[in-house]
Amino acid sequence: MNKATARALTPLVVFAALAALLFYGLRLDPRKVPSPLVDKPAPAFELPSLEDPGRVVTNAILLGRVSLVNVWASWCPSCRQEHAELMDIARSNDVQVIGFNWKDTRPEALQMLKRYGNPYVVSAYDPDNRYGLHWGVYGAPETFVIDGEGIIRYKHIGPVDRAVWETKILPIVEKYRPQTS
Amino acid sequence: MTRPPRSLSLAAIALVGLLTSVNLSAYTLEEFTFEDEAKRDSFRDLIGKLRCLVCQNESLASSQAGVAEDLRKEVYRMIQEGQTDEEIISFLVDRYGDFVLYEPPIKPSTYILWFGPFLFLGLAGFLLFRALGRKKTEPEQELTEAERARLQRLLAASGNNQDTSE
Repeated sequence: MNKATARALTPLVVFAALAALLFYGLRLDPRKVPSPLVDKPAPAFELPSLEDPGRVVTNAILLGRVSLVNVWASWCPSCRQEHAELMDIARSNDVQVIGFNWKDTRPEALQMLKRYGNPYVVSAYDPDNRYGLHWGVYGAPETFVIDGEGIIRYKHIGPVDRAVWETKILPIVEKYRPQTS
Repeated sequence: MTRPPRSLSLAAIALVGLLTSVNLSAYTLEEFTFEDEAKRDSFRDLIGKLRCLVCQNESLASSQAGVAEDLRKEVYRMIQEGQTDEEIISFLVDRYGDFVLYEPPIKPSTYILWFGPFLFLGLAGFLLFRALGRKKTEPEQELTEAERARLQRLLAASGNNQDTSE
């Protein structure tokens, strides 16, 4: 290729690169805002349990094993959509699924668990977004993966389905699962 | 295309104006009362600078989303507690990321965003000047011996022609 051909092709190459960049940008979802909390300790919380108002749920529950903290609410259609998958995950995996019931009312939340089943070891009840704010929650559902030391390792925004579980969440769970010697 | 009647355009403008004003006042900031003028200004300023993460083209000040409402309350509470603007902003950035700010902070990962345009402008200017400069200074092509001889012949020939034509 001589110099003149190279020079003539330059605009085309620049255009192609720009088009590729913009096309890539089109495929990004602006609703998925990366969380600055990943690889940081889970923010402290102290909330009543949804099922048992007398019981207090705190960060202590996160220690010792890998947990999924799933932010959910009865008013959230995507939460219902992912519910069956969460049931399945809780049933067949060595991971504790903890509910974070967010901006909901107790009767409606309990109603949903009664109707569709309860995948959660326990649900922390945060009707006023008191601690949701500290967790950077801005919608439901959101799912945090937290290692045995209480460090947030991953955050998934939107419903969890089989593909998300298998390709995104499970590898992180496996990676941080405490080694049994 | 025919122009719509003037009265219709005016009506449309009035309608848009009405709708926007209704939208802006659909919730009021009146629930947030301040004894201190400076605190109120600081509150208005902050919620205008912070972005609602649910409806991303709205500030906390204009959004009616539930989360925006919660964050307004939190900002209000922090201001009433006497926290500075910087403290409040860093509280929110720590939890929600730089995305809550409409204006991204200047730091290594945003250098390309802030300085990229100037970089491209500089690059374009450089290329332009180089292209212009080259046109002027490009050396004339050297002739080979054979070409020079041919040129001489041609010039001589044309000289002769001119002579004869005169």
